[in-house]
Amino acid sequence: MHHGPATENAPDPASRYKSRLGVWMFLFYCLVYAGFVLTNVLTEGQAMQTIVVAGLNLAVVYGMSLIILALILALIYNALCTAKEKELSAKPISGEDAS
Amino acid sequence: MNLHGTPLSIIIFSAFVAMVLFLSYYFARRTQSAAGYFAAGGQIHWAVNGISFAGDYLSAASFLGICGMIATLGYDGFLYSIGYLAGWIVALFVVAEPMKRMGKFTFTDALDAKFNSKGIKLAAAISTLVVSICYLIPQMNGAGSLVVPLLGLPHWVGVLIVGVIVITIVATAGMTSTTYVQFLKGGLLLIFSTILVGSLLFRGISTETPGLKGDDGEPIHYVPTEATAATLQAQDYQLVHAEGEFVKYTLDGAASWWVKDGDTLWKCQWQGGGLVNGQTDGLLMPVGRVKEIGGQTEADTGPLNPISFLAKLTHPDTKIEQWHKAKVGDEAGTKITVYYPKTVSGTDQMKPGVKFKVKTGWEKTNFISLMLALFFGTAALPHILIRYYTVPSPACARKSTIVAIAAIGFFYILTLFMGLGAGISGTINPADNNMSAPLLALSFGGVLFAIISAIAFATVLGTVAGLIVAASGAVAHDLMDRFGGMELSEKKKVRAGKIAAFGVGIVAIILGIVFKGVNVSFLVGWAFAVAASANLPAILMLLFWPKTTAAGITSSIFVGIVAALGIILTGPAMFAGPYGKTAADALHPLGQPGIISIPLSFLTLIVVSLATQKKKA
Repeated sequence: MHHGPATENAPDPASRYKSRLGVWMFLFYCLVYAGFVLTNVLTEGQAMQTIVVAGLNLAVVYGMSLIILALILALIYNALCTAKEKELSAKPISGEDAS
Repeated sequence: MNLHGTPLSIIIFSAFVAMVLFLSYYFARRTQSAAGYFAAGGQIHWAVNGISFAGDYLSAASFLGICGMIATLGYDGFLYSIGYLAGWIVALFVVAEPMKRMGKFTFTDALDAKFNSKGIKLAAAISTLVVSICYLIPQMNGAGSLVVPLLGLPHWVGVLIVGVIVITIVATAGMTSTTYVQFLKGGLLLIFSTILVGSLLFRGISTETPGLKGDDGEPIHYVPTEATAATLQAQDYQLVHAEGEFVKYTLDGAASWWVKDGDTLWKCQWQGGGLVNGQTDGLLMPVGRVKEIGGQTEADTGPLNPISFLAKLTHPDTKIEQWHKAKVGDEAGTKITVYYPKTVSGTDQMKPGVKFKVKTGWEKTNFISLMLALFFGTAALPHILIRYYTVPSPACARKSTIVAIAAIGFFYILTLFMGLGAGISGTINPADNNMSAPLLALSFGGVLFAIISAIAFATVLGTVAGLIVAASGAVAHDLMDRFGGMELSEKKKVRAGKIAAFGVGIVAIILGIVFKGVNVSFLVGWAFAVAASANLPAILMLLFWPKTTAAGITSSIFVGIVAALGIILTGPAMFAGPYGKTAADALHPLGQPGIISIPLSFLTLIVVSLATQKKKA
């Protein structure tokens, strides 16, 4: 038996674009995540207790922001990828619009 | 704690298990081929797969472990939520679509797609087995914790029940039933966690601890007695023994342990030498309370919105009683576990630093190492990676990852509220903080508790099923069929997978019993470290570095496994825990291996790949 993909897919002309976009967005998130870790390490936790907004400290605001930022970036990434796929392909990618 | 099952909790639990088994039976009739067994035929809708990802990922570690850690240590537990979620960024942006394009059933297929190397097949299959077993231990342990209050059964029985049910599920239907169980459970977990947090916010924060209710309807929770050495002496207490900050007194022959806090002594709970709190039939009481809200010793905020709930707890004049445990020796040398209170300000409760301190070089290294492993571990977990093969296309893989990020991110925000809520509601079992979130639900009544606990149990079932499918795929597909060259037929491969599932299930049951009482999220942190060290360098370099060779991948996987496991097994947590010694006896002070094992694995791959380049003709 063959050991290729579980389902056969049409060639994806947008894969190069999506791959490069993904790497850049990954690096951007890495920087923000590293900022969180280093802020805690370099200030020995002191900066994290600073109240920044509505009685909430930096630890809570930064932590929550990292979670929300992940979702925002994911939605942007999907919108850009979908747009590129539509632009480069006359017909929809197999299964993409299955619902 | 003497919690026992009610008829209602037993009925709801049984209904959940029956539903899971029905799904398994139903889909078993549709699973004949290997593609059906290991990858659900590649025909799962991306939205269903996304929630199933959440079901897979929101395991006992997330629901039980993180909430328990936040309840006892404050913000430190939330670091796991942040790191676990951040890991999905790696999965989405870097791994999702290429993995889907390259693989068939297992992560090994994707790694080996370019090379067809026996070394890669062997290394990746072993890595899948090791990571799956590391991840299985905390799940089984969590299941044991759940059945104690839910059904009134011993811890080991819970582990055994999960093992038997999961082996039945996996041995009958494989990935299709696992997917739908995960979908159902992931959805219910989100809905009922939201209801729990909503109830918590509506109740607000009170210095009058809500606690749990006994059979007579009276609230039960432990409020430690405050004393000084002089007041105890005046009451005829006899000082018997002192070790560090702990002192043992007796009164009329009855022993009690106290912890020093300046001149003040706080009465602890303890167990050891066949006694609990000094009695052969003694019980530990639930703990955790807020002593002052913004400087007020008697206050009840009433309903709060999410921001004001967090702000009240962050206030520097809010005082929260955290509960920790320590092992001490008594005057006869008998090991005693002491559960002791420590009052912290809102400022300290709501920032990192109780468990993960960052003062010394080693502490900083440990903290960075943990955050590194959590970030890079997700995209390297075999049971997550195989879910990319259950959808029809790479675009669907991407979309299901985004659904997963939304669902998981929302849940992780809820963990902060559930954990903090449990910590101030008198709903922490001091001996096993893994039950904090379900016990918080119990403070709102038996129905919510029974539903939440049944979902948590289903959480364990689903995750364990996914892990066992991944492990059985590694044995039947990667090792026997591809590495061993046995060229199994479809039917034989499915049968081999089922036999492998049985074997892995037995191993998981035994290890789940051995690791009783250890925080499950802490254990999962190690599984992430092993996955990030063994698998991620291979995946990333294969995708982005054209000079990667088969020998480079094989050696980096082996070096990653050995380095990560080696550092864990010789580190302080193993010495203080399973080895029965102290953290100081460990061969090194590094608790988290990622900071060494991940770069080492990358370096190995680069060096070996450069040394094994084929000469151009």
